[in-house]
Amino acid sequence: MIDTIFALSSGQPPAGIAVVRISGPAAFAAAEALDALPRTMRRATLRALRGQRGELLDRALALAFDGPATATGEDLVELHCHGGRAVVAAVLAALATVPGCRLALPGEFTRRALANGRIDLSEAEGLADLLEAETEQQRVLALRSAEGAISRAVQDWLSQVAMLSARIEVMLDYADEEDAGANDAEAIRSAMAALADQIDGAASAPPVERVRDGLRVVIAGPPNAGKSTLLNLLAQRDAAIVSPIAGTTRDRIEAPVVRDGRAYLLIDTAGLTQTDDVVEAIGVDRARQALAEADIIMWVSDQPSPHGEALHVHARADLPGRDHTPADRIGVRRDDPASVTALWEAIAAKAAALLPPADALPLRARHRDLCRAAVRALRDSPADPLLIGEHLRQARSELAAITGVDATEVMLDQLFGRFCLGK
Amino acid sequence: MFDVIVLGAGHAGIEAASAAARRGATTALISFSADNIGIMSCNPSIGGLGKGHIVREVDAFDGVMARAADASAIHHRLLNASKGAAVQGPRIQADRRRYQAAVKALMAVSGVTFVTGEVTGLDLSGGAVRGIVLASGERIATRALVVATGTFLGGRIFRGDERHSGGRVEERSAGPLAAHFRDFGLPMGRLKTGTPPRLDGRTIDWARLTEQPSDDLGWTMSALTPARTVPQIACAITRTTAATHDVIRAHLDTSPLYSGAIEGQGPRYCPSIEDKIHRFGDRDGHQIFLEPEGLDDPTVYPNGLSTSLSADAQRAMIATIAGLEQARITVPGYAVEYDHIDPRALAPTLAVRSIEGLFCAGQINGTTGYEEAAGQGLVAGLNAAAHANELTPVILDRASSYIGVMIDDLVLQGVTEPYRMLTARAEFRLSLRADNAETRLAGLAQRAGCVSAERLHHQQRSADQRATLRQRLDRSLTASDIQGLGGRVSQDGARRSAWEWLRFDGIDLDLIAPDALDGIDPAVIREVGEDARYAPYLERQAQEVATLRSEESIALPTDIDYAAIAGLSNEMVARLDASRPISLAAAARIRGITPAALSAVLLHAKRYAA
Repeated sequence: MIDTIFALSSGQPPAGIAVVRISGPAAFAAAEALDALPRTMRRATLRALRGQRGELLDRALALAFDGPATATGEDLVELHCHGGRAVVAAVLAALATVPGCRLALPGEFTRRALANGRIDLSEAEGLADLLEAETEQQRVLALRSAEGAISRAVQDWLSQVAMLSARIEVMLDYADEEDAGANDAEAIRSAMAALADQIDGAASAPPVERVRDGLRVVIAGPPNAGKSTLLNLLAQRDAAIVSPIAGTTRDRIEAPVVRDGRAYLLIDTAGLTQTDDVVEAIGVDRARQALAEADIIMWVSDQPSPHGEALHVHARADLPGRDHTPADRIGVRRDDPASVTALWEAIAAKAAALLPPADALPLRARHRDLCRAAVRALRDSPADPLLIGEHLRQARSELAAITGVDATEVMLDQLFGRFCLGK
Repeated sequence: MFDVIVLGAGHAGIEAASAAARRGATTALISFSADNIGIMSCNPSIGGLGKGHIVREVDAFDGVMARAADASAIHHRLLNASKGAAVQGPRIQADRRRYQAAVKALMAVSGVTFVTGEVTGLDLSGGAVRGIVLASGERIATRALVVATGTFLGGRIFRGDERHSGGRVEERSAGPLAAHFRDFGLPMGRLKTGTPPRLDGRTIDWARLTEQPSDDLGWTMSALTPARTVPQIACAITRTTAATHDVIRAHLDTSPLYSGAIEGQGPRYCPSIEDKIHRFGDRDGHQIFLEPEGLDDPTVYPNGLSTSLSADAQRAMIATIAGLEQARITVPGYAVEYDHIDPRALAPTLAVRSIEGLFCAGQINGTTGYEEAAGQGLVAGLNAAAHANELTPVILDRASSYIGVMIDDLVLQGVTEPYRMLTARAEFRLSLRADNAETRLAGLAQRAGCVSAERLHHQQRSADQRATLRQRLDRSLTASDIQGLGGRVSQDGARRSAWEWLRFDGIDLDLIAPDALDGIDPAVIREVGEDARYAPYLERQAQEVATLRSEESIALPTDIDYAAIAGLSNEMVARLDASRPISLAAAARIRGITPAALSAVLLHAKRYAA
């Protein structure tokens, strides 16, 4: 019996609405256990969700879809709950107690959709991105992936590697034939190095995940410097609590923002300080962690930034005595939208260098890892022809793993297409 | 009633019958004629790159080929002698008659019953092998049948506009059997191969040609052969000329290859001379190796001149080649087109999945080459005996051997041209050397119970010596120590074991640990030295092998309805359906099967099992 899986399918709470999805043979039974199963299929129905002891969990909009004509190909239930953390946690916990139900693994809904023929395999990766694309830039890159830009580039590298392999294999497998020619191991090694540079260049371009997940803009500085206010100004909503009390922000607060077709994840952090307060200390640790993973740092302080590349913000320029903004800083006034726009322009300038250009290969982390492994194999080969062959074989199999072709066959095609071999 | 009957006494049939008998099966070997036992239909050589590896692997299972090769070897050549041992290929030229005599002698003491006759029918009542029917009407019952009929199944010979039915020149083909096979609904195809004209060596002007002498390195094919015994003779090299190419071009229209008469695909790595001229016409000449076929036989095999031009055109062509101007053709070359079964219908034991007790080995499975045939014969024979007597099947995987690589390629990918072993096909090439076949396979062979007491003794002795030498190499040395011994290494202050020093350029066992070699056979010394030299790569491959083997443990049922798995393309369904992979890892190796497709297959299989 196949497990029934469930998960929060919308963004992280807190949010206005949280959509919990349940898929599998026991999906209806699970909804029933929470008293959430609508009487009519495919009709949105308001239900009072109840826990094991009959306690009210939430009032939610429930939708039931009978398989196989569903997103996953299985029976499917969607519960549109209120988006509070506690509500979501309670609903998920209640579902976990239903026999045969478990929390979905990452990507498991998509896998089931794939297994049940609801998604076409060939372009699944790019297509999945396309479906998820929220910004124009994401859409352009996803479309290029779906259209096979990666396949074309990888096939080109693969055929170059195969050509080099064929040259070395002709020395190895056809040793006694004249067409095996002179030992050109050194020429092959330099060609390997050149190809490695080419692949490395593509794999080192800014990662496409930044486009998908948003550039991480971390707001940091000492306590009570105006960081949360800045977050709210940039997000144009009250994402963070603002108070005059130092240390109000104890956990990191994330606010996704799309601006000019680019996705950003603004992250407000606890003020960096020495503290004996256990909770605040945890917040400071998290702030440091956020800084370590930041793409862009906005340093909010009157002290010089310890982060060389940071955008140094002179906050609260509207307060008395702060109207002069030092030369190397960007002043921001709560009462002047133009100052916020100027800050956004500074952020956008940084972002341009961090994001892949529109014609970049939309390589994912998996692709980049394989490319880097191929690059290492191409660069590290000793002069022994047998080991050159081995390094080229590794490079071939890494690249072939991106597109799933048979690398040995590609190489043999090169071998027999180019050399006159065989007695 | 036999446990195992083997059909065909070529290189696959011989190994199959011998292996089945070594595993204790009562075995019969059936052929048209006793003259056909161990016959070399094409070139008179055994071994080579990838192929020599297979010969040594068959030998590790106590097979026939390596010993027969040693008993008849009139020329030895270690290909790639200057390169790493992984791509060194031992190859011998065999005296054709001595080879056959050696095979017959080994078979005479094998316990295998030889039966002369033509098999015209199979008794497969109830979907299982029951017996065979001879042309005489005689029926012989058996529990398992190995079909190793080579090019004889539906064989058709082409030479210019001549056509003959037959598997070899002047021999008939197994016609009724071919029709039978098609009736059983086995997937069949056509392939083509060819052979050059044979020359009378007494009419060749040897003095004008470059001589290629036998090497004097002392190696033998079989681990059990103590030394070379047969006198050695040289081969010679000549080449085609512009005049040769003109003759060939002028007669291309007489070649059945270009008239469309032959539909079967020929091997790319063993092209006919017509193909070479046609595809690589810019070259001014192609090498021809002149290989004597025996010490007391004047026949010479001109390797590189495979052709199906008319006999007249062949004579005109030969006369344009240096040293061959006056040479007389004894038998003209020809092409042969034959039936093969799609090897994707086979399990890794080489059993036909759809007919219980039926095994296929050799050229019938779409391969070419004596060695490839022998390797399959071994596996089919061991498993036919297992089927008959309820023993454990013997499956060689890609990590263990070239035989494993070959069978995995065959049963998963099928063939589009005659399959020949190349070292490039083995992803674990560095680990699969001709010199360590025994180390890789002795354990498997011993567990299969197919080795003689003499072989077992040799294998155990070698294993002990390897362990002893390896342990002696644990002694640690500094760079200064090495310099003191005359080694050129840089002074990095590091202390390494002798084993680790051996991976440095210019450091070998004789330099670093001459005293450690006492009482160790030279073959073991070479093998351990090579292990040390490539140790970092071998360790890496060992990890890959461990991963491969753990992935092999996810079994797939062989009766999955792939068409019912939503999300697979029609092409993927066709490939999976034809090969019926036994594990998820095997499915992953099938060409064009993507990671996403694999997860769909896995999910379906789990669902199916539930």
